Amino acid sequence: MAFPRPRPARPELPRQRVRTLQCGQGAVRAVRFNVDGNYCLTCGSDKTLKLWNPHKGTALRTYQGHGYEVLDAAGSFDNSQLCSCGADKTVALWDVATGQVIRKYRGHAGKVNCVQFNEEATIIVSGSIDSTVRCWDCRSRRPDPVQVLDEAKDGVSSVKVSDHEILSGSVDGRVRRYDLRAGQLFSDYIGSPITSVCFSKDGQCVLAASLDSTLRLLDKETGELLGEYTGHRSTVYRLDCVLSEQDTHVGSASEDGRVYFWDLVEGSLALSLAVGRSVVQSLSFHPTLPCLLAATEGQLQLWREDTFQPEGDAA
Amino acid sequence: AAAESSDSDEEDLVSYGTALQPLQEGERLKKPVPLQEQTVKDAKGRYQRFHGAFTGGFSAGYFNTVGTKEGWTPSAFVSSRQKRADRTILGPEDFMDEEDLSEFGIAPKDITTTDDFASKAKDRIKEKARQIAGVVAAIPGTTAFDDLIGPSKITVGVELLRKMGWKEGQGVGPRVKRKPRRQKPDPAVKVYGCALPPGLSEGSEDEEDEYQPENVTFAPKDVMPVDLTPKENVHGLGYKGLDPSQALFGVSGREHLNLFAAGSEDTSNLLGDLKHSKGRKLGITGQAFGVGALEEEDDDIYATETLSKYDTVLKDEEPGDGLYGWTAPKQYKSRKRSEREVKYIGKILDGFSLASKSSTPSKVYPPPDLPRNYRPVHYFRPVIAAGNENCRLQKALEESTGKLESDATQQSRHALNASQRRERLGEAALKGPALSVLEYLSEKDRERLKEVKQASEQQTKAKMLPPQSQNSRFQPAPPADASHKWQMLLGGQLANVGSSDFKPFARNPEKQKRYESFVKSLKQGEKDTLEHCLDPSMTEWERGREQEEFFRAAMFYKSSNSTLSSRFTRAKYEDDVDKVEVPRDQENDTDDKETAVKMKMFGKLTRDKFEWHPEKLLCKRFNVPDPYPDSTIVGLPKVKRDKYSVFNFLTMPEPTTSVTQATNEKIQQNNSLNKPKKPSRWDVSDKEKEKKDSISEFISLARSKADVQQQPPVPATEESRTGPSETLPTEVPNEDKDQEEESRPSMDLFKAIFVSSSDEKSSSSEEESDEEQQPTTSVIDSETTKQVDLPDSSSSNLQESVATTTDPGVPLLPTSKQELDATEEFGPKLPPAFSSGRFCRLLIRKEKHRKNREKHKTKREHKHKKEKKKKHKKQKNKGKHRNKKSEKDSSSDTEDSSDSLSDRDTTGLSPKELLRR
Repeated sequence: MAFPRPRPARPELPRQRVRTLQCGQGAVRAVRFNVDGNYCLTCGSDKTLKLWNPHKGTALRTYQGHGYEVLDAAGSFDNSQLCSCGADKTVALWDVATGQVIRKYRGHAGKVNCVQFNEEATIIVSGSIDSTVRCWDCRSRRPDPVQVLDEAKDGVSSVKVSDHEILSGSVDGRVRRYDLRAGQLFSDYIGSPITSVCFSKDGQCVLAASLDSTLRLLDKETGELLGEYTGHRSTVYRLDCVLSEQDTHVGSASEDGRVYFWDLVEGSLALSLAVGRSVVQSLSFHPTLPCLLAATEGQLQLWREDTFQPEGDAA
Repeated sequence: AAAESSDSDEEDLVSYGTALQPLQEGERLKKPVPLQEQTVKDAKGRYQRFHGAFTGGFSAGYFNTVGTKEGWTPSAFVSSRQKRADRTILGPEDFMDEEDLSEFGIAPKDITTTDDFASKAKDRIKEKARQIAGVVAAIPGTTAFDDLIGPSKITVGVELLRKMGWKEGQGVGPRVKRKPRRQKPDPAVKVYGCALPPGLSEGSEDEEDEYQPENVTFAPKDVMPVDLTPKENVHGLGYKGLDPSQALFGVSGREHLNLFAAGSEDTSNLLGDLKHSKGRKLGITGQAFGVGALEEEDDDIYATETLSKYDTVLKDEEPGDGLYGWTAPKQYKSRKRSEREVKYIGKILDGFSLASKSSTPSKVYPPPDLPRNYRPVHYFRPVIAAGNENCRLQKALEESTGKLESDATQQSRHALNASQRRERLGEAALKGPALSVLEYLSEKDRERLKEVKQASEQQTKAKMLPPQSQNSRFQPAPPADASHKWQMLLGGQLANVGSSDFKPFARNPEKQKRYESFVKSLKQGEKDTLEHCLDPSMTEWERGREQEEFFRAAMFYKSSNSTLSSRFTRAKYEDDVDKVEVPRDQENDTDDKETAVKMKMFGKLTRDKFEWHPEKLLCKRFNVPDPYPDSTIVGLPKVKRDKYSVFNFLTMPEPTTSVTQATNEKIQQNNSLNKPKKPSRWDVSDKEKEKKDSISEFISLARSKADVQQQPPVPATEESRTGPSETLPTEVPNEDKDQEEESRPSMDLFKAIFVSSSDEKSSSSEEESDEEQQPTTSVIDSETTKQVDLPDSSSSNLQESVATTTDPGVPLLPTSKQELDATEEFGPKLPPAFSSGRFCRLLIRKEKHRKNREKHKTKREHKHKKEKKKKHKKQKNKGKHRNKKSEKDSSSDTEDSSDSLSDRDTTGLSPKELLRR
């Protein structure tokens, strides 16, 4: 008989602003934690991509090479590579250490909204305003995508990749899930243009944010609605939605400068953080800690739970 | 050592070179090597200096022997018995030592500044100067050639000097107090070319010289580099060979613009002669050769060169202020160049001298002042378009102005149309099919065209008539005359008019008849019958009007018929053209989904599921086995379909699930309509009950289906549209189609319907057109679809019920229903409830899913606990069963309530499955 597992700590939400970083790269289009949450990437409208240690508040590196504003970025599982996409219609693969562009993928006909690595960083999946999702090969030198998923009828605003699935949210109001293992495409109709989609950590649910100021939690297998979360405002912009580190809460950026958190099960509003006066453009939740990165205008904010003691501030 | 003594000193001291090795304790000092023994020897032990025979040394060959390393045998020796030795031409290098070829030898091979020593930085200053020069130069952009040829890098030396504060144009060395006095040019020296304009720029510099503050120091003067061109010939000093280009082609050679001269003059001067002597091995050089008999004698090849032309006095290099050397800035150089350019002009006639100034610039006459109220817009006078339509009008105008064109042939050819020209040229008519373009139009469009045309005719007539009546000073042309005129105009062009094709007055059959006879008579050229064919009961005016109308119609027909129809042909292979590639499965229309979303009935209603083929490489990269290893399709499978088939607009009637699903939906919709009360999330529905009697549900389903099929046809098609057509093999619809082909009305009807909307069947346009066409198509297809539906749906129904009844415990994914009757063509889709061994690969996946599910369960457990505020904290490891049970009752009120609405339609799912979620 094994010992009983320790009671899991009560999930906490980031309620305390620990740090505000001025990124100095124009509007921060997206902020993304790396795979272990120790670093983060910010995508600037001044064509640069910056690597930060948000916990210490230090800028580590600037990646220059995009021809227009950078819209999304992601880090590989081994932290050796980055991918980013931008309004210059390209997807770039970066070497973290040297800061050089390893490859640039051209093929999208419009600005590229979102980009993701697959689990082994062998494929970059990018979704663009040209209503296609393209899968680029990082291993070979072929310039054209491995596969183009052109089922969307309108621009693709968000893409997520799991170990065997590609999830895309499109402006035509559909969430499409391409299951590679089963060889099937599931298309769930939401109606309102989708701004952001994400998998839950357990991979069973899909969270979709749409422009009718609603987040919906759908069952991945059946497409049934598990929860609906409203209260924020999202009618115009492409705003991110997140799930907390233990899937206990659902969060979303809002156009009123706040970040809202709802209890996933109850659907009740749990928290609303006043981040800034302007639209909160992007969110990223730490993979293991109750720690949130929010980007508004040109700044980046780190939010932690109440009990967190910032050690850097004492010195 | 000093540096190591203290850290603080380290920053202040500057250490050069490498430190000596610290002496070891008790080590004896080495005796220094005496000076006479300090000789440099090479690897072979030979003295390095004065070595080779050609450099004044005494060591030659191989250790002063004629042998080689291999011995005395020359390395080039080849036995003549087998093969003749290659004759090698020996050059001087073959007899030289390697030292001679080295850097300090007599024939150094490598004194070039290699890239290692050249600085990588581009000479920015020079480049800028060059750019400016490029803009100013005679041909802008000529410096580009320099960039191509000359090195754009600066050497390390220059860079070092620059870093030490040196600037180009200055000399090297300490700064001096005063600028050396500029030497005045000797007046005795003959100045070539034109004299510089007096007081052009030197005076100003003199003035500058006047003001010299004491504390200002100047950089030393730059030293003019010595021309290092070696004298290689035996000619006298200053002898210059005859330039053959000049000798042979007169002055023209001189006028040749030296493209590279502008910026790089100095460098090319240094190298120029060398290049020249090298490049010209053959050909005529020098004065001694003269000019051949056949060549034109040159002007001054025998010009005597007097010593007076040479400088006799040594003085400062620069006639200018001498501050700048060869790197003088632009303004100095440009002055020089202008001088040179003047010189370049060539021989000056006796009694003439070159103007010191350039001739006055040609006078520019300014454009006239615009009047104040001028507006730069041109008004075109109304021009009568020269078409046959306007012939009459034109003529009328001409007549009114009195310029009656007597000769029709004098008409400008632009006034004729194609057929008129053709006629004049005597060409045969284009052999198009004698069909009018109108043939290709739909009935409706034809009708519309006609209406429009007639309306326009009325208008034009209304316009035309008044002038006719007003032209009272001319005799009103009798109708016969008019018709004659028309006949002349139309002439034989009406020959190919097929009266049957074109019926402009189809509405009014009598009128049409009249028209036809009119045309016929016109063709035959019968003047009088024209009158006959008109309705005698009409008034004179009406008749005239109708005649006019007929003429016009005939005209219209003629112009459009032959010319246009020759450009169109019927498609040869209609069948092929009519097939289009259509994605087999399409996301069906959003109307019912919209309502489903509104009612928050997510799930089956809002979900479309397609077979999707990932690229093989993508599977490989994702470490996922290819789900369709045998298929060559990528993406969504496509199907060739009839272009004009209604089935493009309706998704194929699905024999298996769609009908049941649809009826399900219908029932649910009915249910929900019956119960308008919006259930809250927490409200536990009576769905449990529903699930229990799922079998009875199916019975009712089957009944309702029967009802549905007896319903009016419109809902039937709707129904067939709702379900995605996935499992239907491609051959079946084709067969169906063939059968339906007979029952369907002719293709033209479909064309008439669809062509008007859009020809290509893009997916986006389909949905719209779908809605448009629904009323018409439904009538046509309701029967066929029904027929197709009937047997299949019932069978699938059976299957489904079997599936649910046999193993209700197995979680039935919605896909598994289709899996049961999965077709052979596209391989397996999903495992059929763990049964067949064929899907073992997928089984694994299934099991993984299960695990996931269990994981998920524990997660849910967390949630649940939280929700209950941890009032009952259960030990997790008390066994799964326990957990499951708790999960069941917990989730039943958390999860199920959350999707109570959406679960309504999950009649196909077993209760356990529902509980598990």
